[in-house]
Amino acid sequence: MAGQLIPVWRSLSGGALIGAAAGLLMVVSGRVAGISGIVAGSLKANFGKQSWRLMFLLGLVLPALLVGVGPVDWSASPPTLAAAGVLVGFGTRLANGCTSGHGVCGLASLSRRSLAATATFVTVAIVTVAATHLLSHP
Amino acid sequence: MTALVALIAGVVFGAGLMLSGMTNPANVLAFLDVAGHWQPALAFTLAAAVAVAVPAYAMMRGRARSLLGEVVDVPERSRLDTPLFLGSGLFGIGWGLSGVCPGPGVILLTTGTASAMAFVGALTLGAIAGSIVCGLRD
Repeated sequence: MAGQLIPVWRSLSGGALIGAAAGLLMVVSGRVAGISGIVAGSLKANFGKQSWRLMFLLGLVLPALLVGVGPVDWSASPPTLAAAGVLVGFGTRLANGCTSGHGVCGLASLSRRSLAATATFVTVAIVTVAATHLLSHP
Repeated sequence: MTALVALIAGVVFGAGLMLSGMTNPANVLAFLDVAGHWQPALAFTLAAAVAVAVPAYAMMRGRARSLLGEVVDVPERSRLDTPLFLGSGLFGIGWGLSGVCPGPGVILLTTGTASAMAFVGALTLGAIAGSIVCGLRD
């Protein structure tokens, strides 16, 4: 499935908003905007300390609820998505971060671990996509 | 106040993900398809996000408290260990199979589709398993 052609202004301004949100959460609340960590943390029982995570997740879905998420082309089948979900959930706990925690916040804080993590998951994802294409169009 | 800031950060983060096109799995897969029809747009998104977040993280470096007086919660570890690479590798496979990472996954729940529920449901189970393996660190 080919992606949409995203105009450069959208790529840049979308990224700027993501960076601004991560910066705001750090400067004002001292928290890392790492979504895998926020999801995993929000599952824990003690509500008083976790409410900021639930509020962040509520905020995350609000724009989509208000204006709709736009075009969504799922390339993978639900069973593949379920397998992928387990890998994403498990892997990001093991590595303590995902695209947002390591990729945005970690790189912004010049963390060596986050640079290694980001280089690893981007490289492995590129190889996975190439392998998927080879297997589906031999 | 912390809850309100988290809500605002979530809204801005979600709007950024939508604007950048990351909420469409096909766009993410096109970015990862370096060996095929590569669409580099999301590289601009990551670069812009990091560039905007860098000053915020630089400002907080070495500080114990945020503007609201919250404890600044930035991971201090710098060791490049096996869980970091293994976890990032597993995450990369899942990301490459699906084109979805945790943030867009949560937003895609608003579509109410079996695909989104399969992915996020599995991600949640994987995260719980990962947290158990990691000794439930906070």
